[in-house]
Amino acid sequence: MIRRGGELTSQGLGWAHGDGVDSEIVVSTRVRLARNLQGYPFPLRASEEDRARVLETVRSALGSITTTPDIDVWEIDDLDERQRDLLTERRIASRELVGPGRGDQSHAALALWSDDSIGVMVNEEDHLRIQSITGGFDPEETWRTVDRLDERMGELLAFAFHHEYGFLTACPTNVGTGLRASVLVHLPGLVLTKEIRKVLEGIGQVGLTYRGLYGEGSEVVGNLFQISNQTTLGKQEEELVGHLTRVVAKVIDYERSARAVMLREAPSVLEDKVWRAYGILRHAHSLSTEEMMNLSSAVRLGLSLKLLKMPRVQTLNEILIFGQAGHLAYAAGGSLGESEADAARSAYVRTRLEADEE
Amino acid sequence: MECQDCGQRDAKLQVTTIIDGEMLTLDLCSECAAERGAPTTPPAPLADFLAQLGPEPPGTGVLSEPCPYCGITEGEFRQTGRLGCPQCYAHFEPQLRGLLRRLHGSPQHVGKLYMSAGSEAGDEIARLSAMRRRLKRAVETEDFELAAELRDRIHEAESAE
Repeated sequence: MIRRGGELTSQGLGWAHGDGVDSEIVVSTRVRLARNLQGYPFPLRASEEDRARVLETVRSALGSITTTPDIDVWEIDDLDERQRDLLTERRIASRELVGPGRGDQSHAALALWSDDSIGVMVNEEDHLRIQSITGGFDPEETWRTVDRLDERMGELLAFAFHHEYGFLTACPTNVGTGLRASVLVHLPGLVLTKEIRKVLEGIGQVGLTYRGLYGEGSEVVGNLFQISNQTTLGKQEEELVGHLTRVVAKVIDYERSARAVMLREAPSVLEDKVWRAYGILRHAHSLSTEEMMNLSSAVRLGLSLKLLKMPRVQTLNEILIFGQAGHLAYAAGGSLGESEADAARSAYVRTRLEADEE
Repeated sequence: MECQDCGQRDAKLQVTTIIDGEMLTLDLCSECAAERGAPTTPPAPLADFLAQLGPEPPGTGVLSEPCPYCGITEGEFRQTGRLGCPQCYAHFEPQLRGLLRRLHGSPQHVGKLYMSAGSEAGDEIARLSAMRRRLKRAVETEDFELAAELRDRIHEAESAE
């Protein structure tokens, strides 16, 4: 059943559980497919009426899919700025989907399965972005989840497809398979041992690229790198996913070796760094976003090296989400100035860490 | 604050590094931080892509007509990197072909085949064969859930013929 999306509570946190394959290094895996409907200009070029029609067409297709979990649909035009921030900070909607600069008649929407298994962004840069995000390292299964929904949607809708160029997309960098698979990896070992540059250059040479936590155009913070395929045309979906899987598995190996080297060569330095980071997070009364992200990175490293026994990885993942400006403002019920946000952030982090100590 | 490495540019980043078992935190400019192997700004695929496009088409300098379906001009495409509609791919084909080869290494889609639900009856055979290929692949990749679903749909389509 399709429901109108209500207040955001725990939706969209499915990837943050902290379990999953290689979760001491990999935060999450995401796969998306870009699809467009025949007969309509792409969203950024379409008239308001056309975008409204696209949304209705997609909504009715979603309605005729018999799924066990319900589907929540949020129309972005109905959401205020803070609610929009919640969607991007949970990484279930892109910045492009929620604006700014889209006006109030974008007819953009996010459909999310209530078990968080999969979602569809409507009227982003393309008419549909079918996407799934899972905790840990699991590109193959995440791809299969997306593939299955794509098969069903493709029967209900008429996708724009060209015999030579494949699935047609607004930007030619997505054409063909329309597939972007990405893995969010935490690489403090490679950064600290100064190997990261080589690794990033290496992935560039094998047709992959990297971004920050929030996708295209976002900076790398907290040693979190999102590695993804660069090209989408001329290879089968399974090849693209398989190649990414193999390369990221190598990166994970390198990261493990780097951590082992640090632990062997500078154990006391490392232990001190990790515990200092924990101490600041646990007791500070003002934390900027960047500081929180960088200190969490050290704590996350400490956990995986068993230098710390708490907090839980899930807590660190949730701090990454609920410690962002939009979530803090939402929790406070109003907008926060920078110093108020820094204070609210540190209070939130203290409470969460204290709870895990018990 | 000055960069602790070059002492010239302004420090913009803090870089923590371990040298001979000692942890050092340095205030560095982006150039020196990059030299010490700190993660740099991620590549910007869209900006690179726009740079590849260039402001003007090579050769004649004559722009093609706007897309008859959505009205987007070649200049607008070169500026934003975004096409206006699916028909743009046919309309701007001469310009796109080389670009797609440079971007992806190949201009030929070899992934999933697709026949829309609204296709002509004559396409039904092609649609069935696409589904059979998908079924074969699903079995090969041991995606039995998808395989079962496809098998049912193929049966359905065959009995409707």
